[in-house]
Amino acid sequence: MRFVSAINRFGWGQRDSKASDMPLREWLSQQLNEPDAAIFWNVGSSPDGLIALREQRKTKMQGDPLVKPIFQAEVTTQLDNLLVTDQPFRERLAWFWFNHFTVSLRQGGTRAVIGAYMREAIRPHVTGRFSDMLLAVMRHPAMLMYLDNTSSIGPTSPAGRKSHHGLNENLARECLELHTVSPASGYTQTDVTSFAAVLTGWSIDMKAEQPGFVFREKAHEPGEKTVMGQTFPEGEDGGIQALHFLGTHPATYRHIATQMVGHFISDTPSPQDITHIASVLRDSDGDLREASLALADLHDTNRSGSKFRSPMDYATAVMRALSLGGEPSQPDDPHSPPHQLYAAFASLGQPLWTAPLPNGWSDTAADWSAPADMLARTDWAWRMAAHVRAGDPMEIAHIALGPALRPQTQLAMHHAGSRQDALALLFSSPEFQRR
Amino acid sequence: MMIHRRTALLGLAASWTLGRSSLAFAGSPGGPDDPRFVVIILRGALDGLSAVTPYGDADLRTHRRDLVLPEPGQEGGLLDLGGFYGLHPSLQTLHRLYGEGQMLPIHAVAGHYRSRSHFEAQDYLESGADDRLSSGWLNRAVSVLQGKTNRPDGYGLAMGLTVPLLLRGSAKVGSYAPAGSQHPDEDLYNQIVALNASDPITGPAFRNGLKARGFSDADMTDMKTPAATGKPHKIDAFTQLSTAAGQMLATSHGPRIAALEIGGWDTHAAQLGRLGSPLAQLDRGIGALRESLGESWKRTVVLALTEFGRTVRMNGTGGTDHGTGTVTFLAGGAVAGGKVGGTWPGLRPSQLFENRDLAPTTDLRAVAAGVLCDHLHLPPQALPTVFPGPKTNPLKGLIVSA
Repeated sequence: MRFVSAINRFGWGQRDSKASDMPLREWLSQQLNEPDAAIFWNVGSSPDGLIALREQRKTKMQGDPLVKPIFQAEVTTQLDNLLVTDQPFRERLAWFWFNHFTVSLRQGGTRAVIGAYMREAIRPHVTGRFSDMLLAVMRHPAMLMYLDNTSSIGPTSPAGRKSHHGLNENLARECLELHTVSPASGYTQTDVTSFAAVLTGWSIDMKAEQPGFVFREKAHEPGEKTVMGQTFPEGEDGGIQALHFLGTHPATYRHIATQMVGHFISDTPSPQDITHIASVLRDSDGDLREASLALADLHDTNRSGSKFRSPMDYATAVMRALSLGGEPSQPDDPHSPPHQLYAAFASLGQPLWTAPLPNGWSDTAADWSAPADMLARTDWAWRMAAHVRAGDPMEIAHIALGPALRPQTQLAMHHAGSRQDALALLFSSPEFQRR
Repeated sequence: MMIHRRTALLGLAASWTLGRSSLAFAGSPGGPDDPRFVVIILRGALDGLSAVTPYGDADLRTHRRDLVLPEPGQEGGLLDLGGFYGLHPSLQTLHRLYGEGQMLPIHAVAGHYRSRSHFEAQDYLESGADDRLSSGWLNRAVSVLQGKTNRPDGYGLAMGLTVPLLLRGSAKVGSYAPAGSQHPDEDLYNQIVALNASDPITGPAFRNGLKARGFSDADMTDMKTPAATGKPHKIDAFTQLSTAAGQMLATSHGPRIAALEIGGWDTHAAQLGRLGSPLAQLDRGIGALRESLGESWKRTVVLALTEFGRTVRMNGTGGTDHGTGTVTFLAGGAVAGGKVGGTWPGLRPSQLFENRDLAPTTDLRAVAAGVLCDHLHLPPQALPTVFPGPKTNPLKGLIVSA
């Protein structure tokens, strides 16, 4: 029975009653050993998104007519998968890594490719090596657009001398600070500038038949560069080497271990837990499958409810508890479960793929438990509960929370005069706010 | 008042809710002279013995002395209904209608099921069957009744956030919802605050959040006296819904059947103080229906029903628990009222159902079937479709003969 809490901790909220009795580690490893079972409907690839964007720009179309349907299809299919997935741990890891490597709609005009970014750069590497995910992210059009690398030009490159344009350090800085070694590693401004020079020329060819990543020799800063004491050659390969160096750096392992423990175990990760995950990463050459499974070994793993649900967690858990989602729906149907979920993320304070800054959404209770946020959750859940047409609320509660369901909550639900009120009480209970 | 069309937004299967009350509708062949039918679901189980108190039954006070109001004529006493029964004093409008021969309470009714679970029983009540069906009896009646007409909003109309099961099904049902206000009522918020009280994060968050919305601390901490009692209502949602329903039913080509609902009946504790508010709401709602229906009130039947009754004996917290038999109300210009219907089963322990509940003597489906057949002219051979399962014999004499 301890299992339900683990399913909530490592997944997206228990859906239906088919929880298995497998030991935790086995349940987790099964999901990571089997291939990603997600199926995405009606979506293409990032070149399709870039073509749509190119056509819109070329003919100065108003109102995003080509990009909008691409975006809607991505939202529909990805959120529907979130609602129905039988690999909730894998799914949580995918969204965790997306947030680690945040791309946001707030900047860079990424709407045409942000969905493809998740599917192309993040998901394939969730059980692979961290440095491979890092490379895929840094070459993806969505990241290059979001953090301005397309406009970063080596000052002494042919293009730089001609245009008098220069470096844009944005991507290089965030890569060091947020994605890899973190400030704890002690890099300096010189390292940032130097790494930005390494990444010059990493851009997007919008004119190609299949638009996408291109290395622009003419915009690349000539010469060797030194980043954190390591020297990298001129050219595209210099960037690949630098990313491998950063992606396998001990400071990076420590940083991402801290992020993982913070996301899965506690708002205040303990040094032992961080050290354990970091050592697994180091010993396995950054194998994310191994590191993810090692989370099950941590001391506090079985202490239920120590993580507060973010709005995205919360809304997903409510809809999964109500067994919503999984029916075929039109991408533009505003009443389909994935679109209701999309609307819920926004109204509860965490609009999809719209993090305010490159450091992504917060992972701590303090940022998600303001009074207005809690009432917004209750009001939304109450409205969702109105649509529930069958099923015993108490059964839903037991399936959703298992032994974490408090007698006090059961009593309140038992005395509720309607199914809607009973479910609103369940979804407003303190135990439902946690995973 | 603002009425927002939600037909386009929610599809045809939706309805109208404010707080815990909500409303749904359905339509008819003719014109202004069509019969009108309004069903009000009282969700949470109304204590029939408090709404229509058999003060003439000598056993009543032995079971629930502290829950019984003074006899008619005394201060705060019951409103007399002919010498044996008395109406709860919050039901002033219903009492007036009774005097005009337009209100008929029927006592000791129950559905055909014997579940004491709100959720199951409400599903059975609305399904009109002893199983949980995916359509409601009122929708199936609409399918039979609407015939050839093609009204813009259908014969039936649901008003509220969702269509109640009662009106769900294959027949087209229209829907309306007012703007905003779609959140739980104060009583439910109070319970949520209590549920979170000891939590270091969510406890203060809920308390402060509700304070910011204008709920007082006293309301939120004192669960014994829910805020509803005695306080003037800011907006009586149910009255608003009733007015809107009446207006729509009154239009010459509007819908002809509507469904509303009110919660707040689940009086497990402190019943004496709690019941006045939902009863007064119901009373005001029926008054609003009468007013907004205007001329059409003459051709109207309102049926208020609940999923089951409550225990005859008072429990340990000044309330009553889930029971069986209860009262149902018929009101309207077409109702043959001015009397109390049903067969009184008595309150001696041996007369109680399972030695705890008012024994049911009238099948609630028979009441509904009586209205459908004699008022809406539903062909009797359609009854097995509307109420599948054990045969339903429509109750006679509920409707004034034209």
